[in-house]
This record gives sequence, structure tokens and C-alpha cells, in this order.
Amino acid sequence: MNSSMSPTRAYLLSDTPQSRRQAGLGRAYRGWLQFRRNRLAMAGLLAAGVLILASLAAPLLATHDPSAQSLPERYAAPSAEHWLGTDEVGRDLYSRLLYGGRITLGMVVVIMVLVAPVGLAVGTVAGYAGGFLDRALMRLTDVFLAFPRLILALAFVAALRPGITSAIIAIALTAWPPYARLARAETLTIRNADFIAAVRLTGASATRIVLRHIAPLCVSSLIVRVTLDMSGIILTAAGLGFLGMGAQPPMPEWGTMIATTRGEILDAWWVPTLPGIAIFVASLAFNLLGDGLRDVLDPKQG
Amino acid sequence: MIEVNDLRVRFGSIAAVKGVSFRVERGAAFGLVGESGSGKSTVLRALAGLNRDWSGDILVAGEAQGPARTKDFFRRVQMVFQDPYGSLHPRQTVDRILSEPLLVHGIPDVDARIRRALAEVALAPLVRFRYPHQLSGGQRQRVAIARALMAEPEVLLLDEPTSALDVSVQAEVLNLLSELQRAHGLTYVMVSHNLAVVAHLAAMIGVMQEGELVELLSVEDLRAGRTRHPHTAALRALTLDLEDPETAKSA
Amino acid sequence: MEVIVRNLRIAFPSHQGMAEAVRGVSFTLKKEKLGIVGESGSGKTLTARSILRLLPRQARVEADRLEFDGIDVLRADEAALRRIRGKRAGLIMQDPKYSLNPVMTAGAQIAEAWRAHRGGSGKAALAAAVELLAQVQIRDPRRVALSYPHELSGGMGQRVMIALMLAPDPELLIADEPTSALDATVQAEILRLIEDLVSRRGMGLILISHDLPLVSHFCDRVLVMYGGRVLEECRASALARAQHPYTRGLLDCLPSLVHPQRQLPILERDPAWLGP
Repeated sequence: MNSSMSPTRAYLLSDTPQSRRQAGLGRAYRGWLQFRRNRLAMAGLLAAGVLILASLAAPLLATHDPSAQSLPERYAAPSAEHWLGTDEVGRDLYSRLLYGGRITLGMVVVIMVLVAPVGLAVGTVAGYAGGFLDRALMRLTDVFLAFPRLILALAFVAALRPGITSAIIAIALTAWPPYARLARAETLTIRNADFIAAVRLTGASATRIVLRHIAPLCVSSLIVRVTLDMSGIILTAAGLGFLGMGAQPPMPEWGTMIATTRGEILDAWWVPTLPGIAIFVASLAFNLLGDGLRDVLDPKQG
Repeated sequence: MIEVNDLRVRFGSIAAVKGVSFRVERGAAFGLVGESGSGKSTVLRALAGLNRDWSGDILVAGEAQGPARTKDFFRRVQMVFQDPYGSLHPRQTVDRILSEPLLVHGIPDVDARIRRALAEVALAPLVRFRYPHQLSGGQRQRVAIARALMAEPEVLLLDEPTSALDVSVQAEVLNLLSELQRAHGLTYVMVSHNLAVVAHLAAMIGVMQEGELVELLSVEDLRAGRTRHPHTAALRALTLDLEDPETAKSA
Repeated sequence: MEVIVRNLRIAFPSHQGMAEAVRGVSFTLKKEKLGIVGESGSGKTLTARSILRLLPRQARVEADRLEFDGIDVLRADEAALRRIRGKRAGLIMQDPKYSLNPVMTAGAQIAEAWRAHRGGSGKAALAAAVELLAQVQIRDPRRVALSYPHELSGGMGQRVMIALMLAPDPELLIADEPTSALDATVQAEILRLIEDLVSRRGMGLILISHDLPLVSHFCDRVLVMYGGRVLEECRASALARAQHPYTRGLLDCLPSLVHPQRQLPILERDPAWLGP
């Protein structure tokens, strides 16, 4: 440790933390330093960050109202007026991409927030309890795992109204089983460890053991899985939009935007292509981010 | 303090422990020796309540124990595990690990007790907020011992507590364990494959072979060679052979 | 066959520059049994493995001399090293569960090692494997040859490992804590077996262990390592009269069955032992 280190850095990297907070922050900082060394992961983080921020700041960054039509200007090429051109009814493509990001990325975030905790809960309980409860929960998981995601989404959407809510429900219902499986597998390994035996010997309840001791250990692999899955979910949401089952026009969802204009790929190529590029960049960014997180959070290195 | 009668443990079709009986007086130290597969660790885990499939009687402080144990039992009986690397939660600081027993039992004064516990196992206060991977094997084992003592138990079950440590660290931990026993009047039940280590701490020794307790003898008898069962004699001979520099390789 | 090591230095890159794991170790070995003793982190495993250059990729190795039978190990190319590894020098590690291939039978693995270094037909190799298993005192070599590693006990697995290493008829055997995972009774048997085979075949042996009394019983000479350096070198028979305070400390801190002590003497680590 050189003495020319800033005091914050010295605080975080200290060998002898003085409080739990310092220890926790120090650990997080070290993880961040390790993550930072992975250039691809940093690129992913940057790209994902830019996309998310741009979506959030859409009202500030958009040049036009995304639903403002202007038929004389349909299929206009990129120009100073419309930075990325216009779509089939003259709406500014750039603004629609920004607002579309809100929808697509927003859907993904909502799905993840629903799915990961449910999967974690089901998996850890099944893994720790064992016996009948384990079998019952795993059969339930199998049932949902057996459904092909897109088909279930279509069925759902056909039963309810087509729209974002149905799409979210449909995707969430098929997305949670792998997390349950992952959490269960981790729990099965952890549960035989001596440190869990030691906690059992304090007389702690099973709830406490699962909640305070086992679940925190499963969280890292779950986080990695979430970021890696995000790209898949983006594609599924876009796919649903493409099939007309997700966000309905005139909503600027990226997949829907491709669906409605795909016929123009040869003439006004930028109209279907640019949303496609947006989807690609988002998927790739989360993939790289997830890979980088896995290298840092992998329990094998802990 | 502890009474075990005809303890039998099965794992599926295999009988790991076949009718083991012994008694340990309050404040005494009892050692169980044997090779791997002899069932000694299984006996300890059954005693601890970590294993539910046993038959026979287990009495602690005169109270018969069933397959499930009460919180009261866990205040009275604690365990130190063999592997210092596996017995501490990898994502919790020493401080958090030590506070857990206090939180579960609702014991107040957490901060003061943690500081006292660290001092008692001769750990510097600066390790209090470290994570296990930042500690050496000997330090980890001290944390494990401190954790076991947090709720002020009367009985300590020790499962090969020094097998995974370097010999110099082993000596320190053994000294610590005998000191703690004297200071707190603890009852020890210790398991090891190393005869010399067990003889250092225990007054009575049980020798196990293939699930059976083949001999119960005092440590003085063991040292003097007044053994009855051939397995005990064999183990003793092996230990002495290694100890004796005279039987070392001659030039 | 002579192993010559002069001023061996091994370092690893770390957050704070290069961390030295071995700092100037020197010794020679002919057809004798050398024990290298030390606690964890003393550098004993790295030292022994450097003879075959079986070190992790990030390790920086330097030495004035590092020779195996006249071959400069440091500057030799991979092909030359492959001719030494296995064929002329074998390595036995601690846990046979991890060093034996779990999906091949014991006999198949030994036969493979035999064929790799000696050629011949599959049948001849398998017959040789059974013969080797008999040599390592396995009572039913044919049955063991057909067994998978997970079906064998620790002691048996280690015997298979020894047979595997002896198949190419090497001149040097490096045994890295070969019995630490075994019971005391089996430990003694395995070490006696190694000792016997090494003597009969005229091989050299490097036995690495943390167990000083054990090594003194099975080796001719002992090197005591601490912090990457050799603190003491002496004949095994003279170990009880060792000079260096570290060696004495290691011997004294062991609990004794015949000489009980209330408090075991603690090893006081003198920072001077780590050298300049």
C-alpha cells in the first residue's frame, strides 16, 4: 500500500476494517477493481448504462413527440431535422427509439424483479427442506419449465388482451423456473457445509437459516444469471412485439417497430434496421456485463 | 454430564455405529479415537443433534434427548468442526459470525461479548471485521472456538479440531483448549485419529473400530501400555514408533 | 541420476509486486531418500515440482543451476521436459481421488502409462499393469485392475498411483504428502512400500511432508524449509539433535504420548529466519 493513495481508497482497501460497513464496502470495492480490469465487461456496462440512461432521459433527449405523425414526411432518410429518419407514418425514428427503450428495457426490469426473488425463494426452500416439499416444488417448476416461452406467451395474449402486461406475465411465468433450479442446486451444496451445521447448532429456525445464511450465498449466481438472461428476455419481448402480441402499435416498442415496417427493408432500410440494432446492442451489452459479473462473483473464487 | 447408552446409527443399510456406550463426568474430557470409518465422528454428530437417525439413549445433564433438540440444548452444548475453511460462513465477517449465537438466543450486550470472546481466544481486535478468507487456518479455528463459546455452553464437542492445522498452530490451539477447559469448567468430548493429541487433552479415552467401542481406558493406562484390545495396542505402537527418535532411520 | 539445485528462486505476481515463494534453495540428490519438511506456505511443494518444471504459468523461476541428470530444466524445451516427466521422474500427490482419472479403470490407466513410455501391445501393457499392482502389494491385482478409482479405498488408490508412476521405470520419485489423507496404519504401510520399491529399483526419492517425525523415519536426509528457505539440512538419524531453533521448535511442540506436558511449548517465530 503506497501512502500516496487517497484516503477513501485506503479506507476501502484497509486490511483491518473497523466496522461491518467498512468491511462490506471494502469487499464491494475490491470486486469493482477486479471487474474493471475486464475490458469487455466494462464495455458492456458502459453500453447498458448509456441505454438505460438514454431511455430514462427520453423526454429530455427526444427531438420530437414519438407519436406525432406527419404523412408527407414518411420514410424520410436521416437528416438534420430527423436524425435517424422517419417511419411509415412520418414519426421521428430517433425519438421513438428513445421512448421504445423505456418500454423494452422497462419490461425486462419488471420481469427480473418479479422472477428472480420468486425463483430464489422456491429454490432455497425446496433445497433446504428436502423431502415432500422439495419434490412438490420441483414438480411445479418442471410444469412451468416445460412450456415453450413464446407459445405460452401467445396463448396468454390470446386469452387476455394483447399488450405489454400480458407479455410481461407470459414471459415471467416461463422465466422463473431456471432460477429456482439454480437456487436449489446451490442450496443443496451449501446445506451440507460445516458452517451451516454450526448455525443449526445455535438452534436457529429453518427460516432464519435459509433467509440469513443460505440465500445470500445464492444471490451472486442469481445476479449473473439475471444479467445473462436479460438479453434473452429482450429478444423474447421483441419477438412478441414482432408477432403483434406484445406492445401494440402505435407504442414505440422496438420489436413492434420492426414488425410493422419489415416490408420496407429494401427501400427505407433504416426503419426496420435501427430498432434491430438497438435490440442487438442491448442484448450484447447485458451479456458482456453478465460475463464480467460472473468472473467477479463466482463463489469458486471467493 | 453426558451419558450414551447403546447408541446405534445407520446410514441406509450400513451400520456406522453399533452399540456404543460411555459416560463423561461434568468438567471432564473424554476422547474418542479411531481410524476413518470407525464411526467416531458419527457418534459426535449424533450427540450434537446434527444426525437424527439414531437409536439408543443420549442423556445430557440427566435429560434424555430425542432426535430433535431444544434451543436450551444448544445453549448447553456446542461444537467445533474439523475444517477451519468450511466451518465459517464465507460471506460473513468475524463480527457477524460471532454475533449469530447471541442473536438467536437473545443474549444482550453483543458488542462487549464479542470483544471479550476475541480476547479469550487470543485474537487481535483487528481481525474482528475481516472475512474468513483473510484469516489463516489457525485464526479461523480460533474464531470457530470463540463462536462455540459465545452462548456460554457447558459442553464442547470437538471434531478433530487440529487435524487441518500446522503442528505449531496445533500446539497453540491445544493449549488454548486446555486453558479454556480449566477456566470455564467445560466438559469436552473430543474426536481424533491422533492418539497423542487426544491423550494431551482427555482423561478417559474410548477406542473405536468399525463402529464399535472396543476399549475404554484412562489416559494413564494408555501411556503406560496397559491396553487390553489389540487395536488399541496397535494404535499405541504406531504412535510410539513415530515418536521415538531412536527408531528413526539410522545412517 | 543426479538432481542439482542451486539458488532456486520462485516468485508469483501479486497486487503488491512479486511475491517470493521460494528464496534461494539449494540441494543435491543422488540415489537416496530426501525428505523436505515444512509447514504450509514454506515452499516445499513448489521446490520439488520445479525439478520437473510443473509450476503454474504465472510462476517466475530462476536458479543458478537446476539440473536433472545434466539436463538444464530451466532452459529445456517442452519436448525434452516431456521425456523426463513420467518416464524418468514420477510425481505422486496427496489424494488419489483427485489424481486418478475417475472414468478409467485402474488397470487401464497403468497400462496406458506403460504403453506411453514403453510401447507394446495393449494386452502386454495390461498384463504388466497387473504385475505392477502385485508389486505394490495389492492382494487381488486382477480385481483391482478392473476397478474404478471410486471403488477403491484411500490406501488402495495410493498404491494404484504408485504403480502408475512406476510403470515407466523412472529414476526419481517425488511424493508430495502421499499419506496425509490416509489413516495411521495405512500410512505406515504405504511409506514402507515406497521405501522398499525405491531401494530395490535404485531410485531417488523426494518425500515432501509437514510431518517431521514421519519423514525422519523414512528418509536418509531431511531439509527443513520455512518461508521459502532451507533453514536446516541434516541426516534423518540426527534430527533429534537438530540445531536450528525452528526445527527444535517443530519437534518440541508435538504432544507426546509418553512424555505428557501440561502446556505444549509454543514455536516462537523469529523474523530473522526469513532472512535479509
